Amino acid sequence: MKICCLVKEVPDAAVQKRLDPQTKRLDRSGEKNLNPFDTHGIEAAMQIREGGRADVDEIVAVTMGPESAVRALHKAVALGADRSLHLSDAALEGSDVCATGYSLAKVLESEQPDLVLLGQQSDDGECYTIGAVVADHLKMPSLTQVIKIEVEDGTLVCERQAEYGYDTVEVDLPAVISVGDAINEPRYPSLKAIMGAKKKPLDTKATGEVGIDSGEVGEAGSKTQVLEINPPPEKESGEVFEDEDTAETVAKIVAWLDERKLI
Amino acid sequence: MAGILVYALHDDEGDFNKNSLGAISEAARLAGELGSEAAALVVGEVADDAAAALGAYGAKRVFRAKSVPEGLAQPIVDAMAKVIADQGFSYALFGGGLLGFEIGAGLTARMNAGVTMEVTAVKVADGRLVAERPVLQDSAIVDVGYVGEPGIIIGRLNAFDTDEPGAGRAEVVDVEVELSEWSSRARMRTRGEQRGADVNIEDADILVGGGRGLGEKDNFKLAEELAEALGGAVAATRAVVDAGWYPYAAQIGQTGKTVAPKLYLAAGISGAIQHKVGMQSSESILAVNKDPNAPIFEFCDLGVVGDLHKILPKLTEAVKAKKGG
Ligand SMILES: Cc1cc2nc3c(=O)[nH]c(=O)nc-3n(C[C@H](O)[C@H](O)[C@H](O)COP(=O)(O)OP(=O)(O)OC[C@H]3O[C@@H](n4cnc5c(N)ncnc54)[C@H](O)[C@@H]3O)c2cc1C
Ligand SMILES: Cc1cc2nc3c(=O)[nH]c(=O)nc-3n(C[C@H](O)[C@H](O)[C@H](O)COP(=O)(O)OP(=O)(O)OC[C@H]3O[C@@H](n4cnc5c(N)ncnc54)[C@H](O)[C@@H]3O)c2cc1C
Repeated sequence: MKICCLVKEVPDAAVQKRLDPQTKRLDRSGEKNLNPFDTHGIEAAMQIREGGRADVDEIVAVTMGPESAVRALHKAVALGADRSLHLSDAALEGSDVCATGYSLAKVLESEQPDLVLLGQQSDDGECYTIGAVVADHLKMPSLTQVIKIEVEDGTLVCERQAEYGYDTVEVDLPAVISVGDAINEPRYPSLKAIMGAKKKPLDTKATGEVGIDSGEVGEAGSKTQVLEINPPPEKESGEVFEDEDTAETVAKIVAWLDERKLI
Repeated sequence: MAGILVYALHDDEGDFNKNSLGAISEAARLAGELGSEAAALVVGEVADDAAAALGAYGAKRVFRAKSVPEGLAQPIVDAMAKVIADQGFSYALFGGGLLGFEIGAGLTARMNAGVTMEVTAVKVADGRLVAERPVLQDSAIVDVGYVGEPGIIIGRLNAFDTDEPGAGRAEVVDVEVELSEWSSRARMRTRGEQRGADVNIEDADILVGGGRGLGEKDNFKLAEELAEALGGAVAATRAVVDAGWYPYAAQIGQTGKTVAPKLYLAAGISGAIQHKVGMQSSESILAVNKDPNAPIFEFCDLGVVGDLHKILPKLTEAVKAKKGG
């Protein structure tokens, strides 16, 4: 079985994210990191490999992004992927969900995976949708927000929470599964794995090499348009203070509760 | 014609989801402005009467795909795509939840269409719909327009108010949908399982919400003791419910309950959007979190940056003392 894990490079959690008013896109100039939600996808792949219910021949990390995104691929490899694939092309810049999903599906098609795993959301765009977009292009069944995967005779038995409680769903392979962050506790990469990551095979592809119609991608090929960026409505912000002396803190809270007749 | 098609989700009892009804009300309002039609799509064995009753929220027609199962996204993508293509709808609208995200995303691929999610408001500009989408932890709101048709709009939980039902009845139109081969390769084994005890949080005036910051299951007793002292109940985030620390019935948020108590005391909760949407209407919000950058501090009324393990037990004692004295 071949598993492809989608991974994305996003601004580091410590960076204050902002939209660039000129380009109306995310300012990606600061420190970057592997999308933390994607580490759960790689860990899920590792656990399927180690679980012994399926023969996993290969785990391939796949990203679409600028040159800098190779660092996210290195991290993915350090966490367990065997090799990686980088779709990189200036034509892709400014792609929306529709164009990104199409492009990722095209690059995945060239790999013919039995299972595609990805994170529940990216830390920057937070669109929650890429998995289901990719799945429809690949004509594969899919499920998002999955917190448990069991392999039973070539079928996945998945659990996830939806509107009315927990659903248990059988999904035939090949399939696309986006995993929730409660599915596992990603391992820390070993120093050896970090050092070795740059030596693992990394392929770079341009749009033409995987059959992407360049008219369907990038800002020009996107089907959504950011018209305006506005600040959120003004809201009176509450008081936030640090707990230095807990007795004082507690007295302050009690007074606040009392004032509001909550005690 | 610029019509709007809403997917109306229902549970195993046949009751329609409140967020779907809100989406129909919103579609009807927008269709009024556009001079077009709001319609709904339902799947499964929905009775004539129940389907027609969606007209009370403003749907002129209800398309019913009886052979399409409810609960999994891909068969419903087949149904939505067919009705949109055959009838020429210009927009697909979904209320907040989970399935709408998956169906909307599938439609994006199927119809090569633009999608916006977490939408809090929709407006009409030059005869077209524009979606307002808060981004980056609600630090900005972007207005998004669509290139071509259809445009897909996925609402945020509770974004669209449900109108008081009127006297309208919708025309029910049965549609035959051929499922895609891959739509049948996922099968529901069990739907809507309620994990954990059946606790009641909706009637409480005071809720103490516990999150991953509690550290472990046993530490929920800190929240329970405080709730008891305050005369309230305990609520939870998805993170701790998924982890099996607390019952699903106590979960607040996008795939849980929506509450508006007099006091919501969030302990060890980061304040993710999906949690916020279920409790932001609380009269007063108090947060205890050790991370000064936690998003919850952006929308609480009183915030304490500190360790809940130190603060909660002392607060419980102090509340008891105050009440006793
Ligand atoms: C603030 C902001 C708001 C946006 N709003 C919209 C919008 O409303 N509509 C719209 O169409 N576009 C929107 N975009 C653009 C959109 O984020 C990008 O097209 C993006 O590449 C896909 O969305 P996501 O990363 O948010 O996807 P999600 O669906 O949140 O990502 C889920 C998973 O998909 C995988 N994945 C996502 N992107 C890649 C990638 N490039 N390479 C490999 N794997 C990937 C990752 O595993 C990730 O965990 C927005 C972008 C920003 C920064
Ligand atoms: C489609 C979808 C639907 C979702 N539906 C829901 C939903 O219905 N409800 C919901 O809640 N979530 C939902 N989520 C998940 C949501 O995005 C968050 O992951 C979740 O709310 C986080 O829970 P948390 O705050 O307990 O955990 P975390 O985000 O991990 O936050 C824990 C917090 O505890 C703090 N902390 C740690 N230790 C201490 C300490 N000793 N003292 C004080 N503070 C401490 C940390 O600083 C941190 O801020 C959904 C997500 C998606 C994608």
